[in-house]
Amino acid sequence: MKDVELKVVERAKALLASGEVARVVGWKKGDFCFDPSPAVFESVEELDGLVYNWFCGANLSKYLIEISKKEGKTAVFLKPCDTYSFNQLIKEHRINREKVYAIAVECLGKLDVEKIKAKGVSMIEDVEVVEKEVKVATAYGTETLHKPEVLLTKCETCQKTHQVKDEEIILHERPARDVDRFAEVAKLEAMTEDERFAFWKEQLSKCIRCNACRNVCPACSCVKCVFDNPASGISAKANDAEFEEQLFHIIRAFHVAGRCTDCGECSRVCPQNIPLHLLNRKFIKDIDGFYGEYQAGEEAEGKTPLTSFTEGDVEPNDAVDGEAK
Amino acid sequence: MQDVKTEKKEFTPNIVAFCCNWCSYAGADLAGSSRLSYPANVKIIRVPCSCRVNPMFVLKAFQQGADGVILCGCHPGDCHYVTGNYYTRRRMALLYSFLNYMGIEKARTRLEWVSAAEGQRFSAVMNDFVKTVTELGENKRLTDLRVKEGE
Repeated sequence: MKDVELKVVERAKALLASGEVARVVGWKKGDFCFDPSPAVFESVEELDGLVYNWFCGANLSKYLIEISKKEGKTAVFLKPCDTYSFNQLIKEHRINREKVYAIAVECLGKLDVEKIKAKGVSMIEDVEVVEKEVKVATAYGTETLHKPEVLLTKCETCQKTHQVKDEEIILHERPARDVDRFAEVAKLEAMTEDERFAFWKEQLSKCIRCNACRNVCPACSCVKCVFDNPASGISAKANDAEFEEQLFHIIRAFHVAGRCTDCGECSRVCPQNIPLHLLNRKFIKDIDGFYGEYQAGEEAEGKTPLTSFTEGDVEPNDAVDGEAK
Repeated sequence: MQDVKTEKKEFTPNIVAFCCNWCSYAGADLAGSSRLSYPANVKIIRVPCSCRVNPMFVLKAFQQGADGVILCGCHPGDCHYVTGNYYTRRRMALLYSFLNYMGIEKARTRLEWVSAAEGQRFSAVMNDFVKTVTELGENKRLTDLRVKEGE
């Protein structure tokens, strides 16, 4: 990963120094190695703070909506999953493609510091990954963890590849793998209605309505949002008989149905660890089942499942769990 | 002091029916003028097209105390606006399936195609839907507490 980071910083500096781009969007070093945050770099000196390590999980594509309105070109580093969001935003005419220089950067999965800490590892100083072993250097010595156990949830089932690029920085090939991202959704579908209701009641009752899932979502980028409208009746916590935040989450998930690329940012940022991606994946699974496989963000053009139809579509009364019953 | 009612009231569901102006609302009219009966607890809301029904309307109806929500529109291919009901069909297929995934009984949501000539069918659909929802009982999973206050 260190070799990739060197290359990333080197390319960013070269692009900015040559004047080819006016700014670079990347990840900025935080106080520790595990808390880099998205940032805009406008000078070569600033780029000393640019990092690309095992904790750069943040999707940078949403920032380009505002940034691509500025003068000059913007260089951005996109991981495979980010390119889907990027493409989807181009499709929705939110990003001006001409003003973005997209650099596809390799990703072998990103790590979740919360999961590492949950393993009882603290005072983390540095992390290096060799194959499936995560070596965490701490103030107390080195700890070795199993990589699949400490991956971000969104990386556990990722099979994405770069969809768009102007150039690439790929030094290590990621081995192809075969995982079923709908396994957990199918498990829920197999439950009874009461069990499902109990499951979601337990999960969504944790919600503190911080709106982080909405703010981070690249698909959720309306200029005016229903959740900011006090007259909508859902701007504040609802006095629901069973649990408070159910309506918010139904609406949030429905608004991105057919446009959600399954980038998994919602679950990553949730401070309460609600598995929000299971809501979005339900829609993806249903769309695949009812209307044929569709991956949002694969193409920058064409119709989406909810803006098209066929005469023989499934009837809502019979439509359950991705098939007509 | 107020009387405390001890006997249980028989449950009559609150049903919200969104009917499109061109087919289903006229179908309801025909049912009426043909002297066909359908339960009085069906509250019809006239919409220009079934496609006008934002999923939010369905959620709001449940939140405000509906026990069942039914959408009625023109038969596919007969939409006054040519393609409106095709979009409705996709949207509602996803919404109903999703609500079911959240643990809300599938039978509380329904979509039926009723033309302006199908007064008989309108009455049959409504009678059947009310019967189904009555068996399911009160909707407790999507209601807002404030609506039930004072009951």
